[in-house]
Amino acid sequence: MLSIKNLSAAINGKTILKGLNLEVKEGEVHAIMGPNGSGKSTLASVIAGRETFEVTEGEVTYLGSNLLDMPAETRAREGIFMGFQYPVEIPGVSIANFMRTAINEKRKYLGLEPMTGAEFLKLMEEKKKMVDIQSKLTNRSVNEGFSGGEKKKNEIFQMALLEPKLSILDETDSGLDIDALKVVANGINLLRRKDNATVVITHYQRLLDFIIPDFVHVLFDGRIIRSGGKELAIELEEKGYDWVKKEK
Amino acid sequence: MDNIQTTLAKDKLLALFAREEEAITAFSTPLVNRIRQHALSRFRQNGFPATSKESWRFTDLTPLLNTEFTFDFSNQSRSMDIEKIFTCDVYDLDTFSITLLNGWFVYKNAPLTKLDNGTIIGSLAKAMELYPELVDQYFGKTAKTEEHEMAALNGAFVQDGLFIHVPDGVCMEKPVQLINIVDAQQPVFLQPRHLIIAGKNACLTLVHCDHSLTHNVSFTNTVAEIFAEENAVIDHYKIQNKGRNSALVTNTYFHQKRSSKVTSNIITLNGGFTKNIVDVTLAEPDTISEHYGLYLADSNQHVDNQLYIDHLAQNCHSNQLFKGILDDEAKAVFSGKVMVRPQAQKTRAYQNNRNILLTDDAKVNTQPHLEIYADDVKCSHGATVGQLDPEAMFYLRSRGLCERTARQMMMIAFASEVVQKISIEPLRDRIHDLVEKRLKGELSICDQCVLHCNSKEPTTFNIDLSKL
Amino acid sequence: MENNSDKILEEVTGSDYKYGFYTDIEMDQAPKGLSEDTVRFISAKKNEPEFMLEFRLKAFRHWQTLGEPDWAHVNYPPIDYQDIIYYSAPKKKATYESMDEVDPELLETFEKLGIPLEEQKMLAGVAVDAVMDSVSVGSTFKKTLAEQGIIFCSFSEALQKHPELIKKYMGTVVPYTDNFFAALNSAVFSDGSFAYIPKGVKCPLELSTYFRINAANTGQFERTLIVAEEGSYVSYMEGCTAPIRDENQLHAAIVEIIAHKDAEVKYSTVQNWWPGDKEGKGGVYNFVTKRGICEGDRSKISWTQVETGSAITWKYPSLVLKGDYSSGEFYSVAVTNNYQQADTGTKMIHLGRNTKSTIISKGISAGHSNNSYRGLVKATRRAENARNFSQCDSLLLGDQCGAHTFPYLDVGNRSTIVEHEATTSKISEDQLFYCLQRGIDMEGAIGLIVNGYAKEVLSKLPMEFAVEAQKLLSISLEGSVG
Ligand SMILES: Nc1ncnc2c1ncn2[C@@H]1O[C@H](COP(=O)(O)OP(=O)(O)O)[C@@H](O)[C@H]1O
Ligand SMILES: [Mg+2]
Repeated sequence: MLSIKNLSAAINGKTILKGLNLEVKEGEVHAIMGPNGSGKSTLASVIAGRETFEVTEGEVTYLGSNLLDMPAETRAREGIFMGFQYPVEIPGVSIANFMRTAINEKRKYLGLEPMTGAEFLKLMEEKKKMVDIQSKLTNRSVNEGFSGGEKKKNEIFQMALLEPKLSILDETDSGLDIDALKVVANGINLLRRKDNATVVITHYQRLLDFIIPDFVHVLFDGRIIRSGGKELAIELEEKGYDWVKKEK
Repeated sequence: MDNIQTTLAKDKLLALFAREEEAITAFSTPLVNRIRQHALSRFRQNGFPATSKESWRFTDLTPLLNTEFTFDFSNQSRSMDIEKIFTCDVYDLDTFSITLLNGWFVYKNAPLTKLDNGTIIGSLAKAMELYPELVDQYFGKTAKTEEHEMAALNGAFVQDGLFIHVPDGVCMEKPVQLINIVDAQQPVFLQPRHLIIAGKNACLTLVHCDHSLTHNVSFTNTVAEIFAEENAVIDHYKIQNKGRNSALVTNTYFHQKRSSKVTSNIITLNGGFTKNIVDVTLAEPDTISEHYGLYLADSNQHVDNQLYIDHLAQNCHSNQLFKGILDDEAKAVFSGKVMVRPQAQKTRAYQNNRNILLTDDAKVNTQPHLEIYADDVKCSHGATVGQLDPEAMFYLRSRGLCERTARQMMMIAFASEVVQKISIEPLRDRIHDLVEKRLKGELSICDQCVLHCNSKEPTTFNIDLSKL
Repeated sequence: MENNSDKILEEVTGSDYKYGFYTDIEMDQAPKGLSEDTVRFISAKKNEPEFMLEFRLKAFRHWQTLGEPDWAHVNYPPIDYQDIIYYSAPKKKATYESMDEVDPELLETFEKLGIPLEEQKMLAGVAVDAVMDSVSVGSTFKKTLAEQGIIFCSFSEALQKHPELIKKYMGTVVPYTDNFFAALNSAVFSDGSFAYIPKGVKCPLELSTYFRINAANTGQFERTLIVAEEGSYVSYMEGCTAPIRDENQLHAAIVEIIAHKDAEVKYSTVQNWWPGDKEGKGGVYNFVTKRGICEGDRSKISWTQVETGSAITWKYPSLVLKGDYSSGEFYSVAVTNNYQQADTGTKMIHLGRNTKSTIISKGISAGHSNNSYRGLVKATRRAENARNFSQCDSLLLGDQCGAHTFPYLDVGNRSTIVEHEATTSKISEDQLFYCLQRGIDMEGAIGLIVNGYAKEVLSKLPMEFAVEAQKLLSISLEGSVG
């Protein structure tokens, strides 16, 4: 589904990703771990198509096409979803309006009829339950005045509505208490299917108790320096990142 | 358009210039005299600023120009024993002190000193004689005689004032203190001119006091051109504490090069009529320019602060914070303009003016303006006019403070936001003291600035707390 | 509101000015140019009472002594006031009893504009007084209104039927001496609307007028007068669209509002005249004087405006808060794109005690445009306990445009509290990317963010207007991203 080869990326002339390789197949769940500043969010942004990051080397193929050629909104419509580490507030824009616009833009792109107001409302009700969102949340402006936990729930809620093929969730677990974490993890698990894939970025193994990854990668200094199964996460938790750094 | 009075005053000044041209021009470099001619023709054309001009709409010079002023075109005070008249009373503040008496340089020894570190400090007139190239390189380069009538007038009559040149890489540890004293038996009209240059990586702190020793009528119209070269740091403090019959117009121009930093602080404690024009050119990227002001006015004092900050280059940061407390029939005007030119991307500019009115006869006109032509900017401004926060007042009183104390405390707190920006500790403490005294009605004009005078008839200015 | 806005956003397509066509109705017009004769011609043509002609002539003579104001932050070539036709009227009979009598071509024009004149009667409950090139051609729901004693008619009709009211109120809020354009309008105004709400009556309908400039070289000079008697309430809507014409069209209207004791008037405007083309050619000059007076105690007037059109806008809907405890509001969204120039804002003059005013202004600039907020808040010595809060934000959508904020605060007593806050910033990259990541394209993202940004103001509009306003915001910013 997603194939990253020798990817390097820079911001303001500073190289952050330094020849990164990653292969994600349908039905898989990958976890990317790594210390602060190692380039995890950068990787997510580059996949989502954020233009402030400059790809200086390498290639990224998504469902057989060159991902790097597509503008951000096309990537989204092709099924890439990014859960933001810091979801931005957009004052005055209601979540309902925002999501309905997003869904219909996608449908238009796919040659489908736009969803009617009634259909959309129904869909929204359905998905809200999944992430345990009280109805009032949907009348509010996007992320405005949300607590950290609400923002993260809202990301998963949007993911549920958009039904992406590839989700990259950047520290969706950070700042959540245990109950919220369970809700978020449960949402992610419910959305898991044979034909989609998920990349969770985290630096705690805590989330991985709830979302069982097929692969765990350690990102350090712009490169994946170690990959393994679920047990790698546990080992990391025990020994800390210094351990992999040393091994490298 | 001029009115009759200002036209008369203008004609008198032009005639005076024609009569005294020889004396006026005697000590200036040829270039300065050429700039003088240009300024003179500007003044002939534009005259005094009229209230039809936006920046002078609420500040009318006309009544001040009625007086028959005397002018002094030669230095009468060169070797006066200045210590007989006053002594500095900021005890902990070790400064390099310079005095201008009625616009002329007062010196005991040399009119111009070259310090060991290469810094030149002293009389501008003398500098024109000894360092003409240096003066010519900067003089008149940033003063806006086209736009500012009073700067044109000063330019036409310029003779003496303070000259400082801090060479590249030199840091003047000791603050330079300029004391501008007016002491005359007849009404005088003074036009000192200052030229201050901090070279690359240089630093300079300048404390500038305007002070009057008598209660006679005076009109002071100063121009200061201040240059901050690349990476230079300049701290500029103005402390204005003048008698109620004095009029003071200051035109201060800052010209900033790459990565330079200017902090300016104008504290107006007393003054009959005060208009401060601060004009800042951020010519090169990465500069920082901070401008603070505090004005405390009562009786029928008039304080006008006019700021213009011109962002010409990328990534510059400017900040304005002016606060005032007005009692009796005092009137304050604030007009601040931030101009962000198309090329000045990544500008950050903030502007804030806060006022407290203590009576129904006091007045405030405030105009914080933003004019922005670049898109990648963060600018904000605010202005408020109001009273002391009643909730805070209640809070203090509920803790057992009496109303009077609570008010004083709140006013001092209001003022101290500006005072806190003073980075020299002894000066900050001293100003804090003065402000506190002023707000408690204990400050006289002879117990002020950073000076102490020997005048026998102190006048007190009271903020009447019962009116609060 | 939610669903409406969704629908609107979907509908936004095509970047050409949507309303670019004009109706060919034979005009009955005054000769080009302005003189006492023109003034007399207009007055005679409209069969006006003597006092009206007197008023016009005084205004004209005063106008001749004035120069055009030059303090606004706008630039335009000099206007030749002798090259303008000051009066034109549809040739057919000037007033109609029922809609059937209205020129079908005119009705068609309204249909093309998407103004459902017919439908509105049934659906929206809106009485529409449509003004086309200065003469009122249709009024609806007059009967419903008349039953309550409400007068809502064209200015000309009011002059015939209620001259005493016009004489009493006209020029009391905006005297002809007020400014250059007010004097001009007072001399040559062609028509406009008049609304009178009697004591204690809450007007059951949104009163609405659609203005539309239609003839080449015809300045349009409407005059609106709204009088709300003690304890009454009315909401009034003014909206307009203009067809594409190559020459600049001058528009200098006057709106006067009088609110007596305990009365409340809401005045909403959506202004979408032709802004000129992408190169800044053409477009309407919109030099308007709007002012209301809160005459009585506890009266209230609010202005809400959405300004997206016109090449040049010079407009400061103002309020004089004279009655004690009276209050005023000004909510504004002004969008400029391409080479548009807008200098707009308000004046809040606090005269009475315990008066209160609120100003919310959102400026959005794109292209090569310039957008200025200019506002005065004044509290006189008598205006004890006056309160004002102003928030004036600017959003920049390009590096060629300008956004300016020019507030003036004058306070002359100690118990007044005036607060002004403003911010200027670029549209946020983070917000844009967030939208893109959800699959919304750049244009859509800007539309969403801008509508969100302006929401505080849009939510003050009557429902019918809010929909149109949101559509306009998106349309007028099309092509603003490069
Ligand atoms: N906008 C930016 N400008 C400059 N440096 C940046 C920017 N964003 C991120 N970086 C730098 O890139 C590095 C990687 O950041 P990031 O990808 O956010 O790390 P992580 O998500 O793994 O904590 C850090 O050193 C960070 O400082
Ligand atoms: Mg991160």
